[in-house]
Amino acid sequence: MHISGQASATSLPIGSDADLAWVRQHVRQCAAQLGFGLVQQTKLVTAASELARNTLVHGGGGHAEITPLDNGLTRGLRMRFADQGPGIRDLELAMTDGYTSGGGLGLGLSGAKRLVHEFRVDTEPGRGTTVTAVAWVAQVPASRKGLQ
Amino acid sequence: MNHPVPGQPVQVPVLALGDVLLVSLQGELHDGMAEQLQQDITSRISTSRVTGVVIDISGVDIVDSFLGRVLAEIASTARLLAARTVLAGMRPAVAITLVELGLTLPGLITALDVDRAMEVLSQGGS
Ligand SMILES: Nc1ncnc2c1ncn2[C@@H]1O[C@H](COP(=O)(O)OP(=O)(O)O)[C@@H](O)[C@H]1O
Ligand SMILES: [Mg+2]
Repeated sequence: MHISGQASATSLPIGSDADLAWVRQHVRQCAAQLGFGLVQQTKLVTAASELARNTLVHGGGGHAEITPLDNGLTRGLRMRFADQGPGIRDLELAMTDGYTSGGGLGLGLSGAKRLVHEFRVDTEPGRGTTVTAVAWVAQVPASRKGLQ
Repeated sequence: MNHPVPGQPVQVPVLALGDVLLVSLQGELHDGMAEQLQQDITSRISTSRVTGVVIDISGVDIVDSFLGRVLAEIASTARLLAARTVLAGMRPAVAITLVELGLTLPGLITALDVDRAMEVLSQGGS
């Protein structure tokens, strides 16, 4: 898959709750520019907020990488959230609705997955976690391809 | 409309209209501000005669599970202190997203706007 937006990938630090606000604002702007409708924009920003907060709270901070995509048929947005925190020991459990290791509602990972088209978690205990979420501008069913 | 810049926290004003507290959330709400608001509302209810709380979220772009939990906790604390909470003005895109996220906000009364929220509260009962 050709990624035309590679040059415009943006990296944002995630170290405080003010950073979460910047990530949300950047995702909103990118999504609007790429032609996502209001509902899709809202879903993307909400997913970004959940995943960035996980990076901050569970991962001890890290960064977000936001990349516009173009697969020739439609445009999309890739959001990657990476930390070098404790990692997730039992990913299946962590992806269960309502599971939290403390304090949350346990809807961040499972809910964010439902809000986007492609979702992947790479994690290793002791080394960190990277969550990648991709959404495509609606109405082109053929665009649901694998992650690159 | 006032759109606070991320990184510049603003105080969330809590207005008293008779025995109802009116809170208008706008734009970006930092996690710390949401928790502060929860404390402010709780202390206002416990120190003055408050029978209802209206939280206007018509200016809020997104509700994630953090803000959702804060809103639900405000409502359950208010309830223990004999006040009812109505969430007013949720945007349709926010409602659609919340359902998909899996956040159903049980126990929170909602209304289309602040006027209707006030009506709900004036109807009394519990
Ligand atoms: N980046 C991360 N690093 C380590 N653990 C994580 C990370 N993201 C999620 N988790 C684990 O997965 C669980 C579920 O995450 P989530 O669904 O967002 O719920 P919550 O954040 O409300 O606990 C968390 O409680 C945590 O144990
Ligand atoms: Mg979470």
